[in-house]
Amino acid sequence: MSNLKKYIVQPDPWADLKEYTAARIALGRTGTAEPLQALLQFRLAHAHARDAVYAVLNQQMLLNELQALHCASFTLQTQAANRSEYLQYPDKGRRLNAKAHDQLGEFNSTGYDVCVVLADGLSATAINNHAIPVLKLLLPLFNKASMSVAPVCIVQEGRVAIGDECGYLLKAKLVVVLIGERPGLSSPDSLGVYLTWRPAPGLTDEARNCISNIRPEGLNYQAAAEKIFFLINEAFRLQLSGVTLKDNGGLIS
Amino acid sequence: MSYRYTIQNHTYHFNTLTTLLAKASPFRSGDALAGVAAMDYKERVAAQLALADVPLKNFLQEAVVPYEQDEVTRLIIDSHNTAAFTPIAHFTTGQFRDWLLSDNADGITLQQLAPGLTPEMVAAVSKLMRNQDLISVARKCEVITKFRNTLGLKGRLSVRLQPNHPTDDPKGIAASIVDGLLYGSGDAVIGINPATDSPAHVQTLLQMLDAIIQRFEIPTQSCVLCHVTTSLQLVQQKAPLDLVFQSIGGTEKTNKSFGIDLALLQEAYEAALSLQRGTLGNNVMYFETGQGSSLSANAHEGVDQQTCEARAYAVARKFSPLLVNTVVGFIGPEYLFDGKQIIRAALEDHFCGKLLGLPMGVDVCYTNHAEADQDDMDNLLTLLGVAGCNYIMGIPGADDIMLNYQSTSFHDALYVRKVLGLKPAPEFEQWLLRQNIMNEDGQLLSIQDHKLLQLINE
Repeated sequence: MSNLKKYIVQPDPWADLKEYTAARIALGRTGTAEPLQALLQFRLAHAHARDAVYAVLNQQMLLNELQALHCASFTLQTQAANRSEYLQYPDKGRRLNAKAHDQLGEFNSTGYDVCVVLADGLSATAINNHAIPVLKLLLPLFNKASMSVAPVCIVQEGRVAIGDECGYLLKAKLVVVLIGERPGLSSPDSLGVYLTWRPAPGLTDEARNCISNIRPEGLNYQAAAEKIFFLINEAFRLQLSGVTLKDNGGLIS
Repeated sequence: MSYRYTIQNHTYHFNTLTTLLAKASPFRSGDALAGVAAMDYKERVAAQLALADVPLKNFLQEAVVPYEQDEVTRLIIDSHNTAAFTPIAHFTTGQFRDWLLSDNADGITLQQLAPGLTPEMVAAVSKLMRNQDLISVARKCEVITKFRNTLGLKGRLSVRLQPNHPTDDPKGIAASIVDGLLYGSGDAVIGINPATDSPAHVQTLLQMLDAIIQRFEIPTQSCVLCHVTTSLQLVQQKAPLDLVFQSIGGTEKTNKSFGIDLALLQEAYEAALSLQRGTLGNNVMYFETGQGSSLSANAHEGVDQQTCEARAYAVARKFSPLLVNTVVGFIGPEYLFDGKQIIRAALEDHFCGKLLGLPMGVDVCYTNHAEADQDDMDNLLTLLGVAGCNYIMGIPGADDIMLNYQSTSFHDALYVRKVLGLKPAPEFEQWLLRQNIMNEDGQLLSIQDHKLLQLINE
């Protein structure tokens, strides 16, 4: 069998380059096609990613961890009642349901510098795995800079723009949304972070700054926290966010 | 103006051209989401029957987004070439479809016609066409563009080498570039989607790409797909920038959501031209579009997503781009739900772009929350190869580890070139021959060692 495989499959003599990237390089080929093993590995990864789309937030764990960090929190639901609605009607994932809206409204916030939102997005697995480690690094930075932080909003069936409503109702100057990104084959748990200055319902993407691919194999927690904090400082300094706020800070290397 | 059609004593009314276009559109989730789709199959066909009788001239008189409130509409109307339109000015939309498929409508005729067509006319006729019609007509169009090589020639299929890396690690990116080049990809462009849109960071990537292209004398161009404002900054800093990239949409509001307008694009276009980095030609812009982007930005103005998409092509053609591609399956299942909808939309986009005179490529792709898989992509890839698509994406193993979606692989490009007898861009083909990567029959040669590998190992 292995002789047959050797004979048929043409390997690529640059397999050592795999050391530098998780990309599917040096797969080899048979004719113009990928070898079968590569094809089946791809299919398996697709199965993982499909399952991540349908994962759910581990609310109890998040609440416990936030409590340990001395953070108050809200658990909220958007107008999307389930995954199917979430996928087909994106707007429902951008607005809080009536109960959640009242919860934040009745809190009668007197105003904060920063509001942190944890939303499942397209991979609750990302929030379950990475949100707390990032917050553990980020919250002390807020503290040091004497920034006041609103209770953390944990949102089910949430999209990026849900931060606008949360931040608005909690009267925050800036909202930071941590959200599960669209799962990739090699990253079913990639975390994205979106910053919006003066959040209010109705804003669009040009008003935001994004940092993506936060996970140990991508942008690591420390680098992510520093980058988020750098952009937040810039947003406060310039009193804006979005395409006019450029990340001229440290390079990723 | 209102439109109507009667089927078995039931008269369907369509109050505006915008409504008629939307209801005539083949079903897709985005139009249902926007609430503009036909209620049922019969209403859809009634709309198509009514649309077939609409004179093409009507599209010049009734704008789908008002002239006064939208600069894309103004661009479409103000740049319409009446002389080019004259040969078909007497047609209805239905007659236009029949004529497009006739032997009278050959490549040269269609090329001369392009400035006389508006996006709405082209979108309208596409709604009356089957997939095979979209392929037949697109195949007749040849749209050639040049920078450091010649793209879009008949019998050629190019590939954008997309070596993305989640942290933009230079060695990681270089590894994917080497893999792609050794598989014969990279003639359309070597184009990186950066993980972060920081000018300093983009500049580093541009310098790396420029060094690779110069060192190995590769007849291709590079691009880091950052925001147009970042590119403008980089031009001022004399960065080695070949192409200016930007995502664009079909309404003024969509473009605003991307942080751009026509004036900004014009400024960037002139800046890129001023660098004079092309050796064979001066097509310096690279645009991406995609059905659903307007609705996603809440900026569709009641217009169906396919018509919005075609309007984006009016924006693109103002700036004589080297490359335009729809990112068809990237935007998500709320706009194109499954493989069937993605395939239909890709063929529409390719057809509309080509007919309007654009060098259309397609990112044959899907996301993990869509109902699609590689089999759907194989179908679409093959159809687009037949349709004469200018370029596709080449990504290691079809898995973009930075953007988290699946597109086409270097292997896929080899497959479609082989089964359809297509070749890379001529200058790039010659380079592949000189490098002993490929032979004259387009077969990859067995490689034991190659100087490209020094790029990483040294």
